[in-house]
Amino acid sequence: MAYSEKVIDHTENPRNVGTLDKNDDAVGTGLVGAPACGDVMRLQIKVGDDGKIADAKFKTFGCGSAIASSSLATEWLKGKSLDEAEAIKNTQIVEELNLPPVKIHCSVLAEDAIKSAIADYRAKQAARKSAT
Amino acid sequence: MPKLPIYMDYHATTPVDPRVIETMLPYFTLESGKFGNAASRNHVFGWRAEEAVETAREEIAQLIGAVDEKTGQPDSKSIVFTSGATESDNLALKGVAEFYREKGNHIITSKIEHKAILDTCKRLEKEGFEVTYLDVDKHGMVQPEQVAAAMTDKTILVSLMLANNEVGTINPLAEIGKLTRAKGVLLHSDAVQGIGKVPFDVNAMHVDLASLTAHKMYGPKGVGALYVRRSKPRVRLTAQMDGGGHERGLRSGTLNVPGIVGFGKAAELMRTEGKAENERIRGQRDRLHALIGKRVDEITLNGHPTERLPGNLNVSFNFVEGEALMMAIKDVAVSSGSACTSASLEPSYVLRALGIGEEAAHSSIRFGLGRFTTDEEIDYVADLVSRQVGKLREMSPLYEMHKEGIDLKSVQWAAH
Repeated sequence: MAYSEKVIDHTENPRNVGTLDKNDDAVGTGLVGAPACGDVMRLQIKVGDDGKIADAKFKTFGCGSAIASSSLATEWLKGKSLDEAEAIKNTQIVEELNLPPVKIHCSVLAEDAIKSAIADYRAKQAARKSAT
Repeated sequence: MPKLPIYMDYHATTPVDPRVIETMLPYFTLESGKFGNAASRNHVFGWRAEEAVETAREEIAQLIGAVDEKTGQPDSKSIVFTSGATESDNLALKGVAEFYREKGNHIITSKIEHKAILDTCKRLEKEGFEVTYLDVDKHGMVQPEQVAAAMTDKTILVSLMLANNEVGTINPLAEIGKLTRAKGVLLHSDAVQGIGKVPFDVNAMHVDLASLTAHKMYGPKGVGALYVRRSKPRVRLTAQMDGGGHERGLRSGTLNVPGIVGFGKAAELMRTEGKAENERIRGQRDRLHALIGKRVDEITLNGHPTERLPGNLNVSFNFVEGEALMMAIKDVAVSSGSACTSASLEPSYVLRALGIGEEAAHSSIRFGLGRFTTDEEIDYVADLVSRQVGKLREMSPLYEMHKEGIDLKSVQWAAH
């Protein structure tokens, strides 16, 4: 299968690879997928005092399209409010990366990872509020 | 720096040896007067074509040890030309099944055969045959005892590959052949990956039918052969292609004369040069493995440690997905058992049958070395792979978790 130029660019020069401190209250972590299925994405966001996403990092075990989908997601997340981030749809990722039908699940996984990271952050905030 | 891209996928196909092409060329053109139809019995164009086909038949017979046991002469009549190994496999299985149907309806094969065998068996099952699919051990080998235990009074055929196309494991055919022969059961072998690369002798191994193809041994694509034993026992087949009665009625259709000539030349080169070539390739393969092993931890060899094709190295790079690694080394042509490289989106059925786990199957890369592989290429590929695996692991959440001491098997993954 031939890859789109954007997929190749993201896999050769992935943006925002790395790890944020998962114990930091300002950090939300999403870990989705399974090794047996051939893809696991970990996406992390750090939310600033202004409620916007100040930083985003990812690590992905998966094919080029999975790496590219998560790399693109981190680029898009930065600077967005949580509500804006939550509105990101997998179809937008498919369109941006020109993913073929067999790779659509990679974009779905990226959307799941975003939602999971946001949910983790919100759960932490709720826990903190109820603790105080 | 070697010339890029580098081809390391010799199990998929091989480039045609220039000497093979040279031998083939006259059989296309008017000027040479050798373009004729081998079935034209009444003029010189036909005779020349037929003569060339017979020479090729002898070469191929000789390569697989298909010789008359009394005279030592190649039994060229035992070679039936086809369009390739898929057709040979179909002809062998369906042809035997149809002919011996009165005798029995049971066929034995293994779970890691090529799809040309497995899907043909599935078809035969629909037609009332019973097929036993033997498990393989963790190295991908069928043990003779399994065959002995599976044979019944209804068994007419055992079909087992000489060497596996993914993991390169060689089956103990000589031992299996003793058992099938003693039971009066025919033994077929899809031998395409092993011919010329590992010992194969139809008489010594009691093989009754064998599928071959030219393009895995530096010959052209689109030409193959089925070896059909002619005596002790004489194997009978029902033809699967009707028409002009070519190939003694077993495979109608005008012979692909240039292709067959090329196949014959390829067989001759394998017979005369194969031994030295295989030693060189085995050394290069072992060096590639060692060089990567020196720089990359957490790798596992898939297949048998010693009983394997000289040019085969199948390795799982744990915590890295195979297709991503293939992209990262895109100037090197290899293959992977990862689901993402298959049309079915399932990881390799061969690797799963070895019981290595889906994760490892997703992480597997098959390097296939061959005649034109150079030492310089080995060095380049070992270095590139080592660097890119490192880079992808930096990007892998699984590697990070592993390094933190998390047992990945204990994690509750949300399968999707």
